[in-house]
This record gives sequence, structure tokens and C-alpha cells, in this order.
Amino acid sequence: MLTEQREKIKEIVTESQVYKSIFRRGFEDTTKNRVLAIFGNVFLHLHPPYVKRHALKFTHSWCMGGITFLLFLVLCFTGVFLCFYYHPDKINAYRDMKYFEYDVPFGVVLRNMHRWAAHLMVITVWLHMTRVFMTGSYKPPREFNWVVGVFLLVLTLLLSFTGYLLTDDQLGFWAVTVGTNMARATPLLGHEGPFGEQLGVTAYNDIRFALLGGSVVGGNALLRAYVWHCVAMPVTAILFLAVHFWRTRKDGGTAGPL
Amino acid sequence: MWHNIFKIASKPDNIPIVGMLLLVFFFWFLSFWAAFKNDRIRRAAAGKPRPEGGKSKGDVVDVIDFMYPEEEQGLPKKVSCWPHLVKLEFICAIAVMALLMFWSIPIDAPLEEPSDSTLTPNPSKAPWYFLGLQDMLVYFDPWIAGVLLPTFIIVGLMVIPYVDVNPKGNGYYTFAERPFAILVYWFGFFVLWVLEIVIGTFCRGPGWMFFWPGQEWDPHRVVAEVNINWNEFLANISGITALKSETAGLLLGIVTILAYFGLGMAVPYLWLRRQESSIIYRLGLIRYCVVGFFFWTMMTLPIKIVLRLMFSIKYILVTPWFNI
Ligand code: HEM
Repeated sequence: MLTEQREKIKEIVTESQVYKSIFRRGFEDTTKNRVLAIFGNVFLHLHPPYVKRHALKFTHSWCMGGITFLLFLVLCFTGVFLCFYYHPDKINAYRDMKYFEYDVPFGVVLRNMHRWAAHLMVITVWLHMTRVFMTGSYKPPREFNWVVGVFLLVLTLLLSFTGYLLTDDQLGFWAVTVGTNMARATPLLGHEGPFGEQLGVTAYNDIRFALLGGSVVGGNALLRAYVWHCVAMPVTAILFLAVHFWRTRKDGGTAGPL
Repeated sequence: MWHNIFKIASKPDNIPIVGMLLLVFFFWFLSFWAAFKNDRIRRAAAGKPRPEGGKSKGDVVDVIDFMYPEEEQGLPKKVSCWPHLVKLEFICAIAVMALLMFWSIPIDAPLEEPSDSTLTPNPSKAPWYFLGLQDMLVYFDPWIAGVLLPTFIIVGLMVIPYVDVNPKGNGYYTFAERPFAILVYWFGFFVLWVLEIVIGTFCRGPGWMFFWPGQEWDPHRVVAEVNINWNEFLANISGITALKSETAGLLLGIVTILAYFGLGMAVPYLWLRRQESSIIYRLGLIRYCVVGFFFWTMMTLPIKIVLRLMFSIKYILVTPWFNI
């Protein structure tokens, strides 16, 4: 009796227009449904329908690419919440950090998570690269995906670096000062670099000025770092990630022995 | 002694470094273990008939057929992604999220005093993942350490797939089939990148002076600056004082650098030709030169470290515009 009713409810639900418009497959464990589960889902379809069995082993891929991507998602998620409270100007930036610490519900955990996920992502990107190198997975036909990966590596480091300034405390301020001081020395484009002086480059028109929006790390630098960190670079990273995953799939999934 | 090390390591922003070291060691071990295991399996399998269903292409033995225990060999090589892969990803995601939670609750992200451009901390350090670059400033001028070499690192990484013409080791762990590639990678990644970060974090104190781990950071320590340039060094050991002049410095510097890259590329080339190695033909001249250039550029760092530490040599080439 009860089972009968349950079956009936199930039928009403799964046959309804709403349900069918969302889920386009049944639940029976058939090969067709397994493939549809991947193809019918915009997120899962980044996967190929089939994977090589050895690639499932932890000892093969270390799950590192996936972990890196997960951390990227965590960063986007926590980042959005941080953005709700943060003002990128010299007066408010540091106060907002204190605000997170004492006022914002779960503010401390939010900030901590964003920070530690960022550090962890830097590490996992290096490890992912190491694993790709060690399995020789950059060899044909995957050369281009390795190059896309190098762009992602650089983006990850730069995302982390621009985020460092946003707290506007001594740690971030001096780290970014030290980092951007190197840009002074760019050959031709920096005012202390080789041939910079001869080309009329000064502290007020060199590449460091362009990065900081000024000759010192000040309010403009904070705003630029903020825009790079919260808009420009995440969007770029997402574009490269889309290509990266797409290519991984098109190149036959995670590389295996021939 | 341990006090100072612990003080640095337990700074919240340095905890990742400790974690990174453990992870790097772990995965180093794991990948070499897998590589040696595959090499052993392939050596044992050489000459033996392949298991049922196995195939091989050219001289690349299909290791995969040998990688699985007997009872698994009959199973299909591919499995459906749903649920097999998605399930693992889900488990992995939960584990990482749990780790991140446990890390984020007790350990607070650092927040120091408000920024103040008049209060320079000593030492002022870049974020930890850039400390390798910052430490290179000791050995190279900023335009090389901060601009040129980072660019070369990025471009050098990008050219790897195009200059590695070894068809073996595509998609599985192996050491025996590509020892050169793997040794160079680990030298660059571990010795030059990771160890430089460790030195930058633990051994660089006030004034960017070198302190052994555990040594108290004494900002008043005086280190005599006795660094000399390459031509002065040659003048000292040969006794020819004429070498000390500026022109001699310029000429000697140019000759040394040209000889370094020239010999560095020519000697292995001739040696490989004499060995009648097929590598040289597969590479072709352009690829060979690209590999040589990036390899020897990378090696300038350890060489300059040794020259500085053992002979106090500062610059190889001194010009009015830049020094190398
Ligand atoms: C934001 C950073 C990155 C993310 C999120 C990411 C993600 C991924 C994922 C999920 C895969 C699938 C296989 C796996 O998990 O190992 C993959 C494969 C791959 N990645 Fe990345 N990756 C990143 C950076 C890099 C970097 C820095 C490199 C190399 C310089 C790289 C090179 C590759 C290559 C060549 C493959 C194909 C591997 C194969 O077929 O076995 N990726 N990546």
C-alpha cells in the first residue's frame, strides 16, 4: 500500500513538466544514463564521459588540478562576501579588516579562509605542474594545454600578490613595495633600469608608475590592486580555465600510456 | 637555537611554507616511487609476451598492461566518468574543505599595524612565494633578478613541450626513459625555487644579511664588504694589475659571458655528435640552442652563488649602463 503510494508520488514528480525540464534522464543505472549525466550537465560536461581507469588512482593525478580548481572556487565564493564589506581606499581599507575581526558575522573565518585558500592554491598549482611534468603529460598532443597552464600559474601568483596589498597593513604594504620596486629596474621601461634614463624615463612615467597609478604605493595603487584582484584577473583566469579544461578533455582526457 | 626557527616558522604567513615543504617531499617521494616501480616493471617485462589485450606502439612498451595486478588486467581500460570520477572528486573536495575549515578556525590571517610609508620594517620581505626572486637580488642586479630572470622562467616553462622531443614517458611515471628532463626540472623547482624560498624566509635577517637557522638576528652585525669584480679577481690571482682597468673589465666580462654560453653549447654538442647520439638529430639546431640557452641561463644562479660565497665575486661584466 505504502510502496504503491510512494511509487505514485515518484511518478507524479518525475513525470511533471517542471522536473522533466530540469533533469533530462532517468535514474536507472544504465550506460546511457551515465553518459547523459555528464553530457546533460553544463558543469560535469567538462569531463569526458569515460576516463582511463589508471587515471582514477590518487597516485596518478594526485587530484591536484581538481584541488586547485576547488580552491579557486572557494576563493571566488569567500571573495564575493569579502567584497560586500570592503572599501578600496586608504581611509577604510584597514578599518574594514578590523571590522571583519570584530563585527562582521563569521568575518574572521571568512577572511582566514580566503587567505589560507590563496596560499594553498599557490602550493597546489606548483604541485599540479610537477605532477604533469612527472607523467610527461605536456607531450604531444598536450603542448598547448601546458602553455595555458603556465598562464594560469602566473595568474595565480599575481592574484595572490595583488590581494596582499588590500589589507593595507604593514605586511602587505611593504611586500608590495618591495615587489613593485623591481619594476623600476625594467630595462628601457623603468627609471632605474638599463637605458631607462637615456630614454627619458623617470619615476613619473615608467612602468612602475603605470602599475601603481603613482610614484608611491598609495590610494591609487590600492584601487588598481583591487580592480585587478577582484575583477580583471579572476575573469581572465576563468577564461583560461575554460580553455584549460576544454583542452584536457579534447586531448583525450588525462594522459595515459599510449 | 630552535627558538628563532620556531618564531619564524610559526608566523601565520609562513605556515604555508612548512606545509609546502612537507607536501613537496611527499610528492617527490611518491612520483619517484611510481617512476622506479614502472621502470622495474618494464625491465622485467622486456622480452616477455604481452598480457591478453595489450598493445605496443613502436618502441614504447605499454606499461599500463603491467601496472595492474593480474586479476584486474582483464577489466576494461576505461570506466564511465559518472559515477567513478565524480565520486572521487566529491570525496576529495570534502577532504580539502575539511582541512581548510580546520586551518581557518584556529589560525588567524595576519594583520599588522596600519601601513606607514615612513616605517620601513627591516628586513622587508616580499610574499613568501616570491622570496626566491627577492633572494636573487643578492646575486644579480634588480633588472636581471626582478625582470629578466622571471620572464625567462615563464618563457622557459612554456617552451618545455616544444623542445622535449623525447617521445617516451608520455602519460606515465618513469625515470629511466627521461632522466635529463626530470633532473633538470627538480633542480630548477626544488633547489633553485623552493630552497631559495626557504633561505629567503629563514636565513635572511635585517639588511638581508645571511643568518644560519637559529642564529639570533642581530641588526648591528657588521659584515665587511669585500666583494670584488671578476676582472679584479683575475688581476689578483694572476698578478697582472693592468686587468684592473675599466676597459679590461668590460672586455673580460664580454669574453667570459660569450665563452660561457659558447662553450656551454658547443661542448655537449660535439660530445653528443661523437657519441653518435640520435638526440641531436631529433632536436635540430634551433631546439638545441633554445635548450642550451635556458639551461645555462638557469645555471648562472648556482654559479653566481658559488662565486660569491667562495670568492666574493660580485660582477662578471661591468659596463657604465648595467652590470651582470
Ligand atoms: C589555476 C590553475 C590550474 C588549474 C585549476 C588546473 C586544473 C587542471 C585540471 C582539473 C586538470 C585535469 C587533470 C588533473 O587534475 O590533473 C588539468 C590538467 C592539466 N594541466 Fe592544469 N590546472 C592549473 C594550472 C596548470 C599549470 C600551472 C600547468 C603547467 C604548467 C598545467 C598543465 C596541465 C596539463 C598539461 C594538463 C593535462 C594533463 C593530462 O592530460 O594528464 N595546469 N589541469
